[in-house]
Amino acid sequence: MPSLGADMEAGTLVEWRIAPGSTVHRGDVVALVETEKGIIDVEAFEEGVVQSLIVAPGSRVPVGTPLALFEGDAIEAKVEVQSALAAAQPTRTAPQPALPDRGRRVSPAARARAASVGVELSSVKGSGPQGVITLQDVEHAAAQKSAQPAAVEAARSALRSAIAASMSRSKREIPHYYLQLAMDFSSAAAWLEQYNQARPVPERLLPAVLLIKATARAAAAKPGFNGHCGANGFEASAAVHVGVAIALRGGGLVAPAILDADRKPLATIMRELQDLVGRVRGGHMRSSEIASATLTVSSLGEEGADALYPIIHPPQVAIVGFGSVLERPWVVAGAVAVRPVLNLTLAADHRVSDGRQGAQFLARIRDGLLHPEEL
Amino acid sequence: MSETRGAALEPRILALLAEIAPDIDLAAVHPERAFRDQFDFDSMDLFNFAAALHERFGLDIPQRDYRELTSLVRCAAYLRRKLPEPGGA
Repeated sequence: MPSLGADMEAGTLVEWRIAPGSTVHRGDVVALVETEKGIIDVEAFEEGVVQSLIVAPGSRVPVGTPLALFEGDAIEAKVEVQSALAAAQPTRTAPQPALPDRGRRVSPAARARAASVGVELSSVKGSGPQGVITLQDVEHAAAQKSAQPAAVEAARSALRSAIAASMSRSKREIPHYYLQLAMDFSSAAAWLEQYNQARPVPERLLPAVLLIKATARAAAAKPGFNGHCGANGFEASAAVHVGVAIALRGGGLVAPAILDADRKPLATIMRELQDLVGRVRGGHMRSSEIASATLTVSSLGEEGADALYPIIHPPQVAIVGFGSVLERPWVVAGAVAVRPVLNLTLAADHRVSDGRQGAQFLARIRDGLLHPEEL
Repeated sequence: MSETRGAALEPRILALLAEIAPDIDLAAVHPERAFRDQFDFDSMDLFNFAAALHERFGLDIPQRDYRELTSLVRCAAYLRRKLPEPGGA
């Protein structure tokens, strides 16, 4: 059972995607595992042929428990414990996320409900548009089986507990310091408008893509903000995997990673972000995305607050926040003008870096956004 | 494929919403309230929605028109203005 987050102690195997005799490649989804963060697609990180499955669907087992045996393994299962590993070796190259999963679509409420009442989703026919399995479909199937109390609230409160545990640990263990830098966002906004105007809807970019790329570039250039801080102290990561805080409808958030974001073109980041948001809300995150982030970006979008003061996601050492872009007075050549202003904030780990370095890091992100054509 | 505004637009718009955001409860959609206020519709949802409308109705939707897509009623009115009359030139 892989650890899919710093505070995960156990997980429930929901479904196998492999059988004895299956050939498994690195990055293949081998099983679905339920955690407080929802259902995660667990990927293999080695290759081999499956000899036997050890853990049965429905079983809840502690992190580290072998789930399956590969041929040629002594007793060691290779489909296991990624995590502490991933945490300790952030430079490990994680598998490339595949294209969007357009398989069976199930609303999270339906999935949670199905899990709570023991309805097998593969036996439910979706009545929603495009065959989406809705809560109602599951209710219907459950009624036939004999229903139990709804667990949607339970799933939500489990996620809330996971967030609380992780954030409490962060505030308890990590000596945060905070910095804030305001910038005139007009050149980035103008560049983006021009870029989007020349393209059909599906090829356009959201501002968040610029923020992610500028942060990733700065993280690659400035050590001390990218990596994990564990029992052996800080280990910088050569790769930049940017966790992106994604809100779930109705509350809660998760921050899966866009891998190697510093080296990807903006259009690629946009596509992956779109895919990630869809899978987070549809309940199909991959294990490599959950544990691999080396720093996190949190953007308020159009919610209307000037700045946010985020909390570091352990074992990472920095999180960059972006407020909403709002019209504010701004001094240009000695006179006050109205400009779209963006506030960049940084929460960083004082065990690893200082305010001076943090200010340089933020300035570097700002400089990237002042020249979006170079991102 | 480009479409005309022959059939009722609202159900087709709702079907597109269900496609891009399967986790919203369509039964509860209020036609005049902004999507954002009803189910945490964010900029990525709006992007996906515009892309789906672009694909399904063959419309090029300039970014400045995104604000016309923010509720069911506004969106249907926008499509009525933009789509060709059924059987028209």
